[in-house]
Amino acid sequence: MAILSKKDTKLITDPFLDNNPITIQVLGICSALAITAELKASIVMSISVLFVLGVGNVVISLMRNIIPSKIRIIVQLVVVAALVIIVDQVLKAYAYELSKTLSVFVGLIITNCIIMGRFEAFALGNGPWRSFLDGIGNAAGYGFILILVGFVRELFGSGTLLGFPVLGDPIEKSGLYSIGYENNGFMLLSPMALIVVGIIIWVQRSRNASLIED
Amino acid sequence: MDNKTDKNLYTILFAVGMVVVVGGILAFLSTSLSPAITANEKIEKQQNILYALGINNNDGTSAIFIGAKEAPDAFKENVTEQIVLTYKDGEIVQTQTRQEFLDDKENGGFEPYLIDVKKQQTSQKEKGVRQLPLFVGKNKEGKTLYVAPIRGKGLWDAIWGYVAVDEDMVVQGTYFDHKGETPGLGANIKQRYFMDDFYGEKLLTDAGVFKGITVAKGNADPKNERKDDYKVDAIAGATITGDGVTAMIKKDLGLYVPYFQNLKK
Repeated sequence: MAILSKKDTKLITDPFLDNNPITIQVLGICSALAITAELKASIVMSISVLFVLGVGNVVISLMRNIIPSKIRIIVQLVVVAALVIIVDQVLKAYAYELSKTLSVFVGLIITNCIIMGRFEAFALGNGPWRSFLDGIGNAAGYGFILILVGFVRELFGSGTLLGFPVLGDPIEKSGLYSIGYENNGFMLLSPMALIVVGIIIWVQRSRNASLIED
Repeated sequence: MDNKTDKNLYTILFAVGMVVVVGGILAFLSTSLSPAITANEKIEKQQNILYALGINNNDGTSAIFIGAKEAPDAFKENVTEQIVLTYKDGEIVQTQTRQEFLDDKENGGFEPYLIDVKKQQTSQKEKGVRQLPLFVGKNKEGKTLYVAPIRGKGLWDAIWGYVAVDEDMVVQGTYFDHKGETPGLGANIKQRYFMDDFYGEKLLTDAGVFKGITVAKGNADPKNERKDDYKVDAIAGATITGDGVTAMIKKDLGLYVPYFQNLKK
């Protein structure tokens, strides 16, 4: 990537692993537990957050010198809420089907702590271009974990991926089910998402000891 | 942070300015987009009713509406009558055809399928009066079916649906939807595997008493072969959404029973 300096590239790649918003910064856990029961929802949520965080970071960064520090959190909330509502309304008017799929996530995006976390930690102190990269990087790191968890939960919980049965039919007892395999209903419940995230954190830290906090 | 932005006056002015600007943008957007949004919502209602009637583009496993462009024509062709029943204190006191409903100036002049079920439920609670729309149409086999809208509460927010029954109140098709149930759990009430289970289930006992259909756990009938048990299989991890479906079927469809009793006489 010649257009990006080394420092800028790090903004994108760091949140993927060593500074992942979910596993290291522990931001956005709530949505990671709530909507990862199926892969499709994880992907839709990731894309939505990518958009809102990318644009939101730029807007906040452009406003960073005029935002009164006493009410900066409220200003951030207004910006993200306005952005999400604009997107929702435009989709409802011109892509109604898509907006039906997304409607659930609209509320979740506004309350998503990653958004506020990155506004507060990065966009308020950096220029728009770097803030944009930071937003994209963090949203991608968040989406990566979300999709990973969604993949595991849908595969073992429902035996499907993106709605397609991949392990056979549990009612007709075909495929894997013919030799006694059963779906794990626990996987569909939020606590299992926490356990899956926990396992990811464990694997990540055992591979890179410098990430372990005292 | 420089000192300028720490001053109280600046903070207040900034807040006021921000509210005016953001409020203005959102108000402008909402006004300019609302005709398109209303049109989309109308088409969606038509698609929902047609879906319950069995007029849809379903493939092997997923629920697919008839296309948004074809929906208005298909609706005109297949929904032959829109009856409006007026329910008052436990009885149906008036039956209007679509034309009678449109001619009656008190009704506001919109099509019966646009009757707001939520408002009617509130009116039932407060005044004991409620308008019950019922859409008469033919399915692909040419059988006459009656589609009724229902509405209730899920875990997080509203759930609603359309149920198509024949004149014996045996379910011939359903469509369920929700505002914000959990994806992968409660949200699956709009999946084929849940909606299709209702097909062939009875709402009335042999003696003609309304029993409803229960979304039951531990039904031990995952293929839903027993059609006379007044039960369908629940979705794992979506107990409260399932209970909401049970409740809205019992509460709202029960009101239509006198109409069907009359129909048979």
